[in-house]
Amino acid sequence: MAINYIPANFDVVRDHTRCIKCRVCERQCSNEVHYYDEELDTMLCNETDCVDCQRCVSLCPTKALKILPNENRFRKNVNWRQQLMVEAYKQAETGGILLSAMGNPEEFPIYWDKLLLNASQVTNPSIDPLREPMETRVFLGKKSNEVKYDSEGDLVLSNTAPHLELSTPIMFSAMSYGSISYNAHASLAKASKELGIFYNTGEGGLHKDFYEYGPNTIVQVASGRFGVHKDYLDTGAAIEIKIGQGAKPGIGGHLPGAKILEDVSRTRMIPMGTDAISPAPHHDIYSIEDLRQLVLSLKEATEYKKPVIVKIAAVHNVAAIASGVARSGADIIAIDGFRGGTGAAPTRIRDNVGIPIELALAQADFRLREEGIRDNVSLVVGGSIRCSTDAVKAVALGADAVYIGTAALLALGCHLCRDCQRGLCNWGIATQKPELVKRLNPEIGYKRLVNIVHAWDHEIKELMGGMGINSIEALRGNRLMLRGVGLNEVELELLGVKHAGTAI
Amino acid sequence: MSYEINGAGVHYKEVNERIKATGDSDIFIKNACGHRYLGAGTSGKNITIDGIPGNALGAYLNGSRIVVNGNAQDAVADTMNSGEIVIHGNCGDTTGYGMRSGNVFIKGNVGYRVGIHMKEYREHRPVIVIGGKAGDFLGEYQAGGIILLLGLDTPSDVSPVGGFPATGMHGGKIFIRSEAKFEGLPSQIVLSDATDADKELFAPFVRKYTEYFGGNADEILSSHFYTLTPNSSNPYKQFYCQN
Repeated sequence: MAINYIPANFDVVRDHTRCIKCRVCERQCSNEVHYYDEELDTMLCNETDCVDCQRCVSLCPTKALKILPNENRFRKNVNWRQQLMVEAYKQAETGGILLSAMGNPEEFPIYWDKLLLNASQVTNPSIDPLREPMETRVFLGKKSNEVKYDSEGDLVLSNTAPHLELSTPIMFSAMSYGSISYNAHASLAKASKELGIFYNTGEGGLHKDFYEYGPNTIVQVASGRFGVHKDYLDTGAAIEIKIGQGAKPGIGGHLPGAKILEDVSRTRMIPMGTDAISPAPHHDIYSIEDLRQLVLSLKEATEYKKPVIVKIAAVHNVAAIASGVARSGADIIAIDGFRGGTGAAPTRIRDNVGIPIELALAQADFRLREEGIRDNVSLVVGGSIRCSTDAVKAVALGADAVYIGTAALLALGCHLCRDCQRGLCNWGIATQKPELVKRLNPEIGYKRLVNIVHAWDHEIKELMGGMGINSIEALRGNRLMLRGVGLNEVELELLGVKHAGTAI
Repeated sequence: MSYEINGAGVHYKEVNERIKATGDSDIFIKNACGHRYLGAGTSGKNITIDGIPGNALGAYLNGSRIVVNGNAQDAVADTMNSGEIVIHGNCGDTTGYGMRSGNVFIKGNVGYRVGIHMKEYREHRPVIVIGGKAGDFLGEYQAGGIILLLGLDTPSDVSPVGGFPATGMHGGKIFIRSEAKFEGLPSQIVLSDATDADKELFAPFVRKYTEYFGGNADEILSSHFYTLTPNSSNPYKQFYCQN
């Protein structure tokens, strides 16, 4: 029926003079776009199902393939963009909520790109990180606000709050086993250990094979409590209570039963094939006092040995919420911006709910300082940190460390086709299909993760050296190192930075 | 002889430390008064509590047995993994939140959202037995296990359950002893009269209840029970359209 015809997003362009009909593209495409026609002795395609994951393009031995935007467009309309029209058609057909994946791809301001960093010239000379020691190690957790000396005049270490020690202020953000594959988790776990940082189980439990990486694992507790039990809590280096996620603030998560195969079911401790539903709120948390109860119950169960992180989405009132969380007994607050990725989220929510992380971070940092409780907690931000300079700017805006999710997946081969929700990831990341999962070699994956974090760490040190700063702690909240370009007064004030061209 | 802890004037943190530190498996806590997280995450302990323990009693419980000679407050058995909790009184909201296994017996009434997101897994099947009434949202998002509501003090023509039971339920079973008509159940819930097979399933828990709190199990079992089950384990499948 023509009324429900949705035009293909992409054109699969094949150079038949190059194509040797080896059928690699056909074997590689889980969306079944390519096929061989024996009668015509040629490769054909059904481009409607193409998601532009670039798998076939990457593996075509003769470079015969290109994926281009479909030039067949509806009549141009600035208000009724084609995407909106297509979405209306889809909903008219199905009556369903639109479901998308990965972070908000729409045209909203990206403040990272409107912030510039300082560098030293002549006076206060820059530091050469190849020659001088540079410190990018950070400790996350509550900092003591008093200095004590004993009768001999020696410093007494009075801060007994548990901490996380990171070799560089970067961690892999929460991605559950279920939303991503076993091999993706294996890569993240192994890389975290080698890097001296942490990865995060998300709300999917911890696979028994990865218990050995416990000292580099943050275990998550969310509203569905999947896979949460005593050993799990004891194994992690820290426990993260997930209140919200940048890609879908205010709503829960549903891992469809189809993705809950044997291994995922065992790890989440739920039956196979049953939808894994994380309710929108924790139904026992209606106040900061209730949050405190969960924080303390986790601390009590783990004998106060582990820092507790509370992860919230960046929403309008984030600064006040952060202030509440800082008083809940949590050691670390993680804030996830509206660009944060996801394995599946309602399109409308992903694209319209939340605020940019840059503004949320700046405001949360201000508020905590204003109230004199900034050192009660560490701040970790994500959603989205795309490169080392985003991380450096985040630290200068007040973050102690950053979470990277999408960037880590890119290191594993993700091409941001944003179709994770269908579970057919051709790169073996966002899928549970064994034949696809094995495409991601964790030995290669982990090395690529190590590489990207090492590279960022080098860049961070170069940038710090340029600013004349040799310890990342000295950059934290150091807004004098930032200048805005093309930002209006309100934006500058919210960020707490001056416009480029303004002297110190 | 059991190891005795006097809760009077002692912070919950210290009480819990003592519970964990003692080599004795039998522990008696007297003068409990709002002490939170008692027994949280413990295994192999047999804890008896006189007084009223505070919130999150037996959270993440991992095999211990806890008996409360009195009422309990909110969040009892939160994310409980195994063991048994017996409450000789009433109990607050979100009892058994996300509990995965083990049994909770409550002599009297419970508050709101009891059994929320209970789940079962392989041989693990959590069971909550409530002797009295339940507040709103009983079995919300229930994903497994059994909730048995006996309504012992409720006249048979009055429902012992509050509003909106089984909202979002997608696994497990709720059994309610009542003859009163049920209204306002969500569309994904199938309401039926408990069969003999159902009764066979929950009879051991009724017997256990009467063993702990008194009463006549056969008499209770001869009453009419409703069974609430979800009609799909994938309630959200038809909810979405791929974009």
